[in-house]
Amino acid sequence: MSDPVLDRLAVRFEELLPAGAVITDPVRLRTYECDGLTHHRAMPGIVVLPETAEQVAAAVRLCGEYGVPFVARGSGTGLSGGALPRTDGVLIVTSRMRRILEIDLPNRRAVVEPGVTNLAITEAVREQGYYYAPDPSSQQVCSIGGNVAENAGGAHCLKYGFTVNHILGLEIVTPDGEIVELSALDPGYDLLGAFVGSEGTLGIATKITVRLSRTPEAVTTLLAAFGSIEGGGEAVSAIIAAGIVPAAIEMMDALAVEAAEAAVGCAYPEGAGAVLIVELDGPRAEVEHQFAAVERICRETGAFEIRVAASAEERAAIWKGRKSAFAAVGRISPAYIVQDGVVPRTALPEVLAGIDRLQEEYGIRVANVFHAGDGNLHPLVLFDDAAPGEGERAATVSGRILDLCIEHGGSITGEHGVGVDKSRYMPKMFTEEDLDTMQLVRCAFDPRSLSNPGKVFPTPRLCGEVPGVRKGVHPLVESGRAEQF
Amino acid sequence: MDPELIKDCVHCGFCLPTCPTYVLWGEEMDSPRGRIHLMSQHVEGTPVTPEMAGHFDACLGCMACVTACPSGVRYDRLIEQTRAVVEREHVRAPEERAIRELVFALFPYRRRLRALRLPMRLATRLRPLLERVHPSLGAMAELVPPPARPVRLPPRVHAVGRRRATVGMLVGCVQSQFFPQVNAATARVLALEGCDVVIPPRQGCCGALSLHSGRDARRFAKATIETFERAGVEAVVVNVAGCGSSMKEYAEVLKDEPGGWAERAAALRVRDLAEYLVELGPVAPRHPLPVTVAYHDACHLAHAQGVRSQPRELLRAIPGLELREIAESAVCCGSAGTYNLFQPGPARELGDRKARHVLATRADVLVSANPGCSMQIAAAMRRSGEGEMRVAHTAEVLDASLRGLGARALGGR
Repeated sequence: MSDPVLDRLAVRFEELLPAGAVITDPVRLRTYECDGLTHHRAMPGIVVLPETAEQVAAAVRLCGEYGVPFVARGSGTGLSGGALPRTDGVLIVTSRMRRILEIDLPNRRAVVEPGVTNLAITEAVREQGYYYAPDPSSQQVCSIGGNVAENAGGAHCLKYGFTVNHILGLEIVTPDGEIVELSALDPGYDLLGAFVGSEGTLGIATKITVRLSRTPEAVTTLLAAFGSIEGGGEAVSAIIAAGIVPAAIEMMDALAVEAAEAAVGCAYPEGAGAVLIVELDGPRAEVEHQFAAVERICRETGAFEIRVAASAEERAAIWKGRKSAFAAVGRISPAYIVQDGVVPRTALPEVLAGIDRLQEEYGIRVANVFHAGDGNLHPLVLFDDAAPGEGERAATVSGRILDLCIEHGGSITGEHGVGVDKSRYMPKMFTEEDLDTMQLVRCAFDPRSLSNPGKVFPTPRLCGEVPGVRKGVHPLVESGRAEQF
Repeated sequence: MDPELIKDCVHCGFCLPTCPTYVLWGEEMDSPRGRIHLMSQHVEGTPVTPEMAGHFDACLGCMACVTACPSGVRYDRLIEQTRAVVEREHVRAPEERAIRELVFALFPYRRRLRALRLPMRLATRLRPLLERVHPSLGAMAELVPPPARPVRLPPRVHAVGRRRATVGMLVGCVQSQFFPQVNAATARVLALEGCDVVIPPRQGCCGALSLHSGRDARRFAKATIETFERAGVEAVVVNVAGCGSSMKEYAEVLKDEPGGWAERAAALRVRDLAEYLVELGPVAPRHPLPVTVAYHDACHLAHAQGVRSQPRELLRAIPGLELREIAESAVCCGSAGTYNLFQPGPARELGDRKARHVLATRADVLVSANPGCSMQIAAAMRRSGEGEMRVAHTAEVLDASLRGLGARALGGR
């Protein structure tokens, strides 16, 4: 290590943290250079692996003392580069904080450490008839701390809401190293709501109180195969229009199905232009009633094959293809970019037609997987990283898909977050003033911009420009609509 | 380390929760994804540093990550290639070298193992002393099971009733020395199911130990192929998970050898015992065995060979037998071939974890189809002081049912 500040900081960490919790060897450091999004890489200056909230707080305070930025990381599965390290900073990894501290079934809540995986929470309470509802496709590995930072979604968020709807309280370490508790019950500003989805820019969650949901009485999963994406899209609109809120409606196009087939042999119907997975859950009578309607709608909109899962195993088999779809694309393409955008459901056909045009224009294949119920697209842009220029073209296609989303009144991210990957699209969605307002929130928590700087926002702004020194007066402050903290 | 195989990894992290060392330490470089990253660093020109070698050595080779990977990364191939590179390029400390040489000079040779049986019994008593000399020696002494009565197997066991097949049987180095009764049970079960069982007396080590440690296994592979070719059998039945998985890899191991070795390897129909019995279908009547059984998935059976349902199916088909699942069944017990000898620290932690989950089933018998796992988990249960459980091989349970010996033959209730 050549940076003298980091060298001194590493020595202080060694004094502070348990043996083996400070990593400075470059070979080891490099294994942390990226999260689930591999085309942004930076070797962290130091990696620390704290085991308690107090250790996290002490590490953060030390970073503050030396004026060194820090980035929090859980399982490193994020898809927007939110945990991309800083070469001049410290990566605080929560993977050793994985205790389930308390399970309180009468009050339907559990208190867990941030490194606990999403699925581990459900596994801990499944036998008692409870589960943790948000289910990102990476739920067996992604950490709940990361879920909080990114406000993670998942297939079942259509009916049950995103992470933010299932977090009842947080213990956080603020960017100046204080341990603070936030609760959904607190009167006044919804600081908990502000923190969830703040992508590590407002501090690090060290204890998380999650809502546990009752396992539904009945679950029915149906897989319908359509000749085309349009047919599937029509079915989705008709189901929602009929007043049905399924637990999940997922769609995959032919290329995504091909990948899933290659990876896990999910045996979806052959020749399908689109596969729709509809899951209904709730009281048995309601599910049965709605199921009949969904089946009828699928037939009317042109489904040529409908399968119904008769058992938990068959349901798992249907979901397996969908849940492994991202990584499965690795089987049919040397490299790929997972995109995450949102469009109004009604704009789906137009946006998909636009993606088709992009594929032709750039000679790049795009596989489509989406949470069709809420218009959250996950186009998978396929390319060969060994072919010169293809990576750049894929990046362009990926970016232009986001332009399409914005043009149609959508958003640049549904659930993966902005991170480092999409910060440059923020000015396309928001005005200067919007962004400055967001910075005011950030500055309230992190005036020195040490907590995951360079993420979410395109360029350092306001307090971020030069730590501690402010240039000029913010337009909102000048106009009297806001006050500087 | 084949760059093409490395490129298959998309860094999704689905392997992390199944990796025993990640479960223990929560560090990226001790996860499959992190190790693949280290491999790519080496391919890009970083020499094998002691740190890097340490992370590769810490891998148990349990292949749980191969099962978990949605992108089909061949981590099994990658780690074998990597171990070979580590063996070539990394200079180990003298005492570590000595221990490794001792193990590789001893375990693949049945006669040497036999000669050591008596001294090994003594070693159990000398464990504290050996522990002080080197932790690996202490681990070895702790693992030695109580002495078993030697069993002499005939070169051919004839089928009972109509002959349905002629199969060869691998007796295994450690299996035949420490668990001879498992081989006897295997031969009886196969015979009762209508198989002529050929047991070549001069068979050697299958090469599993070398193959899984990055050493040259070709000599062992060729000798084993020749032995079973001469035996004239339709299939080779293996009752040791580790041996079976390496024998199924022979075609890959010998792919560059002149003389059609790869084809000969492919022609050898290698089957795990449970896999073979399910393929064959049962004919012998099952007698009741009122016993609760916890089935342990040996990594080299479940992950490396994909044999999970067959042993369970065989056990469930026994009247009166209740099968219980062990929590975290996909996570390795820490035995992993030579791992518990070379990496006694983490092996011990994983063994303790496994023993806790096994004891929590409150079953009468733990069933495991790998001698390494059996010794490792038995030692961990002894150490825990929270009760022991009889450990048996699938073959012994089947044998007890087929011969109507009752639960007492297994030490059950």
